[in-house]
Amino acid sequence: MNSKTRSAFWNLSGVRARAIACVTLFSLLFIALLVTGSRIGEEDLLVSLDNTFQAPGLGHLFGTDWVGRDMLLRTIKGMSISMQVGLISTVLSAVIAVFLGVMAPVFGGAADHLAAWLIDFVMSVPHTILIILISLACGGGLRGVITGVVCTHWTSLTRVIRAEVLQLKSAEYIHIAGKLGRGRWYIATRHMLPAILPQLAVGAVLLFPHAILHEASITFLGFGLPAHEPAIGVILSESMKYLTVGKWWLALFPGISLVLVTVMVEAIGKNLEKLVSPHAAHL
Amino acid sequence: MGEVRIGKFILAKAVRLATLLVFLCILTFTLLELSPIDPVTAYVGADPAVGAEQRERIAEHWGLDKPPVERFCSWFSSMARGDWGTSMIYRRPVPEVIGSKFLTSLALMLTAWILSGVLGFWLGIVAGTHEGRMADRLIRLAANVLNSTPAFWIGMLLIMVFAVGLGWLPAALSVPIGVAEAEVTLAERIRHLILPALALSITGIPGICLHTREKTCEIMHSDYVLFARARGEDLHSIVRRHVCRNVMLPALTLQFLSFSELFGGSVFVEQVFSYPGMGQAAVQAGLRGDAPLLMGIVIISLLFVFSGNLIADLLYRIIDPRMKEGGYE
Repeated sequence: MNSKTRSAFWNLSGVRARAIACVTLFSLLFIALLVTGSRIGEEDLLVSLDNTFQAPGLGHLFGTDWVGRDMLLRTIKGMSISMQVGLISTVLSAVIAVFLGVMAPVFGGAADHLAAWLIDFVMSVPHTILIILISLACGGGLRGVITGVVCTHWTSLTRVIRAEVLQLKSAEYIHIAGKLGRGRWYIATRHMLPAILPQLAVGAVLLFPHAILHEASITFLGFGLPAHEPAIGVILSESMKYLTVGKWWLALFPGISLVLVTVMVEAIGKNLEKLVSPHAAHL
Repeated sequence: MGEVRIGKFILAKAVRLATLLVFLCILTFTLLELSPIDPVTAYVGADPAVGAEQRERIAEHWGLDKPPVERFCSWFSSMARGDWGTSMIYRRPVPEVIGSKFLTSLALMLTAWILSGVLGFWLGIVAGTHEGRMADRLIRLAANVLNSTPAFWIGMLLIMVFAVGLGWLPAALSVPIGVAEAEVTLAERIRHLILPALALSITGIPGICLHTREKTCEIMHSDYVLFARARGEDLHSIVRRHVCRNVMLPALTLQFLSFSELFGGSVFVEQVFSYPGMGQAAVQAGLRGDAPLLMGIVIISLLFVFSGNLIADLLYRIIDPRMKEGGYE
């Protein structure tokens, strides 16, 4: 890095420099929240019946709940549980998307038709209903909610990757590799996969907001994580009981945290997109 | 010539719907088969008076002792004949339960759908015609944040502000408590509908708004708008004559394509407001293992989404003069 780019990097005037700064900052925040949350144990969330339902103040920034637990700690812990679920779901969806998105066009014919039909099928039923059904089949809990979210969220990324691979298929170097006698599997894994990696990374990051929102929503309905695993959806669903008696802070701050984390990851994804396809940044 | 094309189009759609429905039935049946919920236990509940012998009799009565494939065939043929079974929660035939619930939900979804369409379209045009300026930035920011906000939490916020804080509107249910069904006035029903419909429409606004904004920006940079400006047309007349006309159709299509999100969103909104519609019935059916009702709702939801997609498709083919020239396909 020469001195000119370095100074450009530090004064954050360029589009790329700002994008890099944004991605780095938000990623660090994301990891910090994840780690902090997972280090909060039961011993930090002691029941203290002396300070139940304390409104937000200096002692408890987010207030306390009906048994006097600090809502800030509960929110951080809940967010980190939900973020972990979201991460697992995102990775699994991305794996399915890569497999179907690359294999379908490479093998073409029936395989491609099947993939296209499957995408249409999943999109023809409201996601919420499908997740309820799948989570019921899995007997609820963590496994149910992850399976449900994964089964409904692979479609959009698969479409993107499939379109990308279809374009690649007519590229010269792919034709040459074929003429040189390389098999389809070899071409798919050695030539196609590296070429779509940037889009894949962006697509996967942008998938995360949907995954975490659906996880929280399904858990809120009572299908996802059980009540003793205080994910953000569980916290919000508990706060429903105290909504009409005016305990607004129980629902407000956890909800804001969920929205903020989602917006943050969305921003990471959009800025990564700017870095990966620079022409898109100037539109 | 044209009739043959229309016939082909209808046939293709019908075949598609049939394959989707059959596959959905197979999938739902398999999923419920995998589910650890025992239908007999779900039916009798925790009633200790029902002995093991009676349980066996119930299982036999339902044909639960037969192999899955045979059961699927008999279930599927009765579904096709219109016999959708009896809901375990409501103890009434599934079509009857769904029929009444669907109308309640439809009032909610339709209101929210129109509201989000009109508001989203208007905000999109305002943002698109003020590209890069304050109004545009604010609208885009709001739309992006709303995009990341779960529907149920929006509902909770509305309850906090309008029902608990200000006390203007009721927080739950579609009718007042303690009043006989027949005596509920239309005004009361509407009062109970406002908050849920508002929550559901807010979740629908960002999509239509951002889409309209993109299209509007595109049109504002076009040669014909430049020419209109050169002729001395003001912004108001440009929007009315050029922007609205061009953006209306894609926006309307998008709005019809959003039936899936609308239905999904209504599940959460109905749950938050205890609004007794299909979405709440789906959640109850799922939580309490009411398989016949859940299956019925799944099928209805597919039909609902399919009809939205079909209307969107038809809109393009019938209304857009350019598509008419090109014919079908």
